Amino acid sequence: MNLSVIGLMQAVLVIPLLAAAGVALTGMRPNLREGVSLVAGALLVAAVGLLYQAVMAGDRSGWTLLELLPGLTISFRLEPLGMLFCLIASFLWVVTILYAIGYMRGHGEANQTRFYALFAVAIASVGGIALADNLLTLFIFYEVLTLSTYPLVTHAGTDKARRGGRTYLGLLLGTSIVFFLPAIIATWALAGTLTFTEGGIFGDDTPPVLLSLLLVLFVFGIGKAAVMPFHRWLPAAMVAPTPVSALLHAVAVVKAGVFALAKVGVFIFGLDTLGSLAVTEWLLYLVAFGVLAASLVAMRQNNLKARLAYSTISQLGYISLGVLLATSAGLLGSALHIAMHAFGKITLFFCAGAILVASHKTEISDMRGLGRAMPLTMAAFFIASLSIIGLPPTGGSWSKWYLILGTLEAGQWLLMGVLMVSSLLNIAYLLPIPLKAFFPANGTAGYGSGEDSGIREAPLASLLAIMITTLMCLLLFFFPQPLYELARSIG
Amino acid sequence: MLSHLPILQVVVPLLAAPACLLLDRSRLVWIFTVLACGLSLLISMLLLYQVSQHGTLSYDLGGWDAPWGIEYRIDLLSAYVMLVVSGIATLVIVAAGTGLEREIPLEKQTVFYVTYLLCLAGLLGIVATGDIFNVFVFLEISSLATYALIAYGRDRRALWAAYQYLIVGTIGATFILIGIGFLYSLTGTLNMQDLAARIPDSAGSRTASTAFVFIVVGVCLKLALFPLHLWLPNAYAYAPSLVTAFLAATATKVAVYLLIRLHFSVFGEQFASSSLPLHGILLTLGLAGVFVASLVAIFQPDIKRLFAYSSIAQIGYMIIGIGFGTAIGLQATLLHLFNHALMKGALFLALAAVVYRLGSADISAFRGLGRRMPWTMAAIVIGGLSLIGMPLTVGFVSKWYLILAAIEAGMWPVALLVVTGSILAVVYVWRLVEAAYFQPPENELPEGLDGPDRREAPLTLLVPTWLLVLVNIYLGIDTRLTVGTSGAVASALLGGGQ
Repeated sequence: MNLSVIGLMQAVLVIPLLAAAGVALTGMRPNLREGVSLVAGALLVAAVGLLYQAVMAGDRSGWTLLELLPGLTISFRLEPLGMLFCLIASFLWVVTILYAIGYMRGHGEANQTRFYALFAVAIASVGGIALADNLLTLFIFYEVLTLSTYPLVTHAGTDKARRGGRTYLGLLLGTSIVFFLPAIIATWALAGTLTFTEGGIFGDDTPPVLLSLLLVLFVFGIGKAAVMPFHRWLPAAMVAPTPVSALLHAVAVVKAGVFALAKVGVFIFGLDTLGSLAVTEWLLYLVAFGVLAASLVAMRQNNLKARLAYSTISQLGYISLGVLLATSAGLLGSALHIAMHAFGKITLFFCAGAILVASHKTEISDMRGLGRAMPLTMAAFFIASLSIIGLPPTGGSWSKWYLILGTLEAGQWLLMGVLMVSSLLNIAYLLPIPLKAFFPANGTAGYGSGEDSGIREAPLASLLAIMITTLMCLLLFFFPQPLYELARSIG
Repeated sequence: MLSHLPILQVVVPLLAAPACLLLDRSRLVWIFTVLACGLSLLISMLLLYQVSQHGTLSYDLGGWDAPWGIEYRIDLLSAYVMLVVSGIATLVIVAAGTGLEREIPLEKQTVFYVTYLLCLAGLLGIVATGDIFNVFVFLEISSLATYALIAYGRDRRALWAAYQYLIVGTIGATFILIGIGFLYSLTGTLNMQDLAARIPDSAGSRTASTAFVFIVVGVCLKLALFPLHLWLPNAYAYAPSLVTAFLAATATKVAVYLLIRLHFSVFGEQFASSSLPLHGILLTLGLAGVFVASLVAIFQPDIKRLFAYSSIAQIGYMIIGIGFGTAIGLQATLLHLFNHALMKGALFLALAAVVYRLGSADISAFRGLGRRMPWTMAAIVIGGLSLIGMPLTVGFVSKWYLILAAIEAGMWPVALLVVTGSILAVVYVWRLVEAAYFQPPENELPEGLDGPDRREAPLTLLVPTWLLVLVNIYLGIDTRLTVGTSGAVASALLGGGQ
């Protein structure tokens, strides 16, 4: 049993890499190439599914790949939080490939082989992050993820893409080198280990001042979590093709950030230590400010993808907030929100891409009345918005429930207020989009049915992907148990 | 035979040099030089193996005992540095087979190989010998050869660069000689072992301090420590590309070796830190070097010059490591000495490939190069990532130890400054990446008669480059050789360490 679990974990890392190689080799034949990606995705989901059962059965096996520096290894271990992340990323990878097949062809993008290959490499590094047993391993795959997604962000090769790529790389590499790496090395110097351990690794005699400094370095160093003021890379990354924005910048990359933050909070500091540090309080308020500020900025964006990007920044703040509350309900809410937000936001991005492919529209003000031409897409947009806002009958309501419970447990009334206000802001910047699409105000020209305007639903593959993720948003409301059980067994 | 290895290491290239003149057919000479360099690489490996198994080797030249004769002394540190020097020398000379043809006229090539071998002999001699005057002799051999090597550059400014270096290098060598003279008058010996034993007796004497200062300044001129670096950018920029690759990866490294040897083995950490505030000075100059040189590098249009400034910055890191005065800091220096040779070797070899095809290393030549020379550019990108200190490359290992040393010494600001320095490296590396992958090729000019040839570089250049790139990655993952050796050396020189 033990051996096969390790084999499965290795498969999680190797399958996407093999897929990348396969994609590169079959680049001449697009159908075969996408076939390779889909088969690899299916295999990955199967492997992760089996691992899920092992985790629920209490299996925590791990193995060491190699010793990089004396005492510092590249090791992996099965663990519920990582499992959750792995589960979501691998499942959504398959769906995104499906979506990308429709999108990339419909949009006539160049260099598709490079695109699919790097996508697979990015998923492999997500696997590495999710299964990492220590900070060093996590850091290595974190950096690989940054570098492998850079060519995806700059896919278009235009000046705008280059500038976006600069911000992307500059902020992500910059924060990781200037804050994250020194924090890791200092942790190593202080604690003598980097292995994720329940209850944290720091001895009781470590001075709180140093711990506070380290926490600040970690929170700002994990730039992928997009804590203000290091959030600018996320809107900049929106120059990427939509499937990239969808999977990487609503799921894989940003969730890698908050996931790393959660790992550090739970397994490096330990919730008790985290809650006892004075600086945590300040960081909480900073994050809460970010949640509101990003929502306000989102309201003013007319470009759909930009609005979604700022919404993501705000939602990532929820997750960081849940971790920093250092209560079990907060952590539970964070873990659930990693999943719920992933399904909701990826659907929204899919819709944005579908609208772009079908009607070449990127600005929200142009989407009035689009509901008649693209009813399915807009309906999906509506449901996913509900999930982001946190209203039943969508999965998002559960995570928000536990997050608010977390603020109550910690006695942070102000933060509860912030979450409430933010929900209202979500309503204000998300719901008008589908509503105006279906019910354009009198006097403004709507888009007629497909025949009149020439606009119709996105390609079938893309539409199918949208349906799947929308369905998941709904299903997770009625059947949240598998994720709940997983999230509850963390730490 | 095996017991003569310490001297063979120097004799092989030294005798191979005149032998080249006898062969006098450039192809034959090349093959012969490759063999000679390969032989010295083999000897270095054997030496490193012997030293790590049986401890320090001592060899009396001509059978004369140490105080009268010259002693060659190979310890772990010298074996480690010799491995870098001979390894890089071999790879560069393999690449020279085709790489030279565009840069050095055929009739001068034989002389080039002679000079190259002499330079190698000098560098290896500095590392092998245990006699401080012998160090000076080999320093002069290698320096004179280097001046000539730089002057082979096609650009007429190469002559000026060589002349500049000649002046500065001579001043440096003179300083070192003055220091040696003082030491001899004080102790009556030139053997480093004896010096190390006698200097503590005269600690506090003005002569000893003066000698130390002269020697440190002289060596720092040779290793281009900021602000004594002014000779380096021109020398690297105008020398033939392969010479730059060789010098960047070896010459300054040997100078750093010399600083470590004289500082820690001859004078001793005790003397060095008590006679003047050396640690503070080295830390400050090192940090200043990192920042000034990196900032200048960002604005260089000529890529060879850009990486030359980057070299000055990287030397700054090595000096910072020494400046901590701890074993782990010294280990960081030793790691970076080795690792930087690997990265810069790979980068300058790749640049040589670009110059071979395009005849220029200007940033404009790099436009659209990502498609035209994908392998060469990929090598530059990986070398650049190593320079930045990405995980899974050797650069990460050096950076890890340097930051660890700073944190363990309680110098948080230094740690933050070091990492900020690598952000500057991101900036100058990424300028190149953007030019190569985002800008369209500059000339869609008619393919003129001598229009630059834009195909992938020939295999003879690519293979050595990629060998170095792969070593960059391999030693970034399997760090036992570098970390183990440097740790042992550092603890031997300072005691303690990891």
